[in-house]
Amino acid sequence: MKVGFFLREALRSVSRNAVPSFAAIASVLVTVLVLGVFIPIVQATTGAANEVRERVIVDVYLGSKAKDSDVERVRRTIAEDTPYVGKVEYVSKEEAYAAEKKRNPEAYELLGSNPLPDTFRVTPDKPDHVEELRASLVGASDPAIDEVKNRREDTNKILSATRVVKMTAAVLSVLLIIASVLLVANTIRLSLFSRRREVEVMRLVGATNWFIRWPFVIEGVILGFMGGVLALLLLLVAKVALVDPLAQDFALIAAPDTIDFRLLAAMLLAASVGVAAAGSGLSLRRFLRV
Amino acid sequence: MALTADRPRTHTPGALAPPVIELRNVVKKYEGGDIALDGVSLNIRRGEFVFLVGHSGSGKSTLMKLLLKEVDPTSGSIRVAGRDLSDITAKKVPYYRRNIGAVFQDFKLLPSRTVHDNVAYALQVTGGSRKEVREKVPDILRMTGLSTKLHNYPDQLSGGEQQRVSVARAFVNHPPLVLADEPTGNLDPETSIGIMQLLYRINRTGTTVVVCTHDHHLVDRMRRRVVELSKGKVIRDVAAGGYREESTQEFGALMRGHNIDLPDDDEIGGLWR
Repeated sequence: MKVGFFLREALRSVSRNAVPSFAAIASVLVTVLVLGVFIPIVQATTGAANEVRERVIVDVYLGSKAKDSDVERVRRTIAEDTPYVGKVEYVSKEEAYAAEKKRNPEAYELLGSNPLPDTFRVTPDKPDHVEELRASLVGASDPAIDEVKNRREDTNKILSATRVVKMTAAVLSVLLIIASVLLVANTIRLSLFSRRREVEVMRLVGATNWFIRWPFVIEGVILGFMGGVLALLLLLVAKVALVDPLAQDFALIAAPDTIDFRLLAAMLLAASVGVAAAGSGLSLRRFLRV
Repeated sequence: MALTADRPRTHTPGALAPPVIELRNVVKKYEGGDIALDGVSLNIRRGEFVFLVGHSGSGKSTLMKLLLKEVDPTSGSIRVAGRDLSDITAKKVPYYRRNIGAVFQDFKLLPSRTVHDNVAYALQVTGGSRKEVREKVPDILRMTGLSTKLHNYPDQLSGGEQQRVSVARAFVNHPPLVLADEPTGNLDPETSIGIMQLLYRINRTGTTVVVCTHDHHLVDRMRRRVVELSKGKVIRDVAAGGYREESTQEFGALMRGHNIDLPDDDEIGGLWR
């Protein structure tokens, strides 16, 4: 394979076909830009949704006369004999009283005594398992357990809302990726279509398929690389100028884990070069049948 | 075949020269039932200069396409230089085509390449080195009278010049066979004669040349072998009517017809005499 010759051919054809080359670069640029913005957004959304789902818990209230031994027994029941348990947190009535009093001093001043029960806050291993967890805790029927509650209304709202958010993000990202690949593929096909006569002539003077194809593939690599790099530069500028200052001011925005920019850049660049090169190599096949 | 005794050159085609092209009962039907060729049998020997004539739709272009293996025959066999074309796999087609120089009515030049690069491309596809390109391309361009147009692009050339580039590209590899499909179809008579002289010159190096044309006047003056096709059949095959080797200039005069008076120094012939 004569790399030098094919490289010169590819560069010649980029410069001689400025308009289609520009179109290809532009479509890669737009695609990478949109994906580069969208991927972190999807990640942040999913992260936020998951965080909300963490708040789905089942409260186990003990009777007011529960002794320390009862507390220990219930703790063992929850930890060892109950399925779907993720995390268990024990809040004694004294702790609960202290916390509530801090929040609402006047009301608890008036009360005088402590009406709050000892409580186990049980987090399910997966938010979707909350109903099963509740059922098995109710089924445990320990005499010390007064009530099992999971704030049903809240739980259902949280679960369905976050499910919709996650589904929407997944569907949108699939659609976006399909649209991006089609956009790049179509741009490449258009630019090749305008050169199909050239390919036919090459065939007629005895060029082998790969002799014709290599310059097109290299051209795809060049165009994909140029479009990808331009888009990543824009993304970097946007990140440094807009997102980073915001993230410093509001801890909330930084909270969800998003992909590292360098990793994102490498992935997008590899994808744009790969799609452009494979796209031009494969699209050419239709015109090589002379 | 009627042969005359006064052949001055050894390479002239004769009954003993091996056939370069052999067609046996070739039939080509296109989808939809159009019969382009209907049982054509034909032998063309090495070094011959053959005109293939006929009206539009008589099957000339189909024959050319079959010889370039752009299409395959429906039935019958085609042998070129002893090789059956049906034995050539799709992968080997490019290698086969390198043995054929093809000239087309619409020139089929690469629009994004200069004259020089168009001709060089034919060498580069065969793996020709830069050295080879440097040696051969300027040579062939000088022969075809294009030395001053080296760096022009095809759209900056006249039709005649473009066709010369096409001929130069066809011959730069010195293939044993040159096929020309209506090479003068788009050109005015005087330019046509220039192109025919060029092809004749190529023939005189021993290369077999097959020219498709519908220009009866041109053919009739030349006294070369004429194969006439009509509705897919060979209806006339007039073997070379005892022609002798002319110089390229004489050839040109012949082509112009004796009563047309034109300056007899022509740029191509001048170089090749």
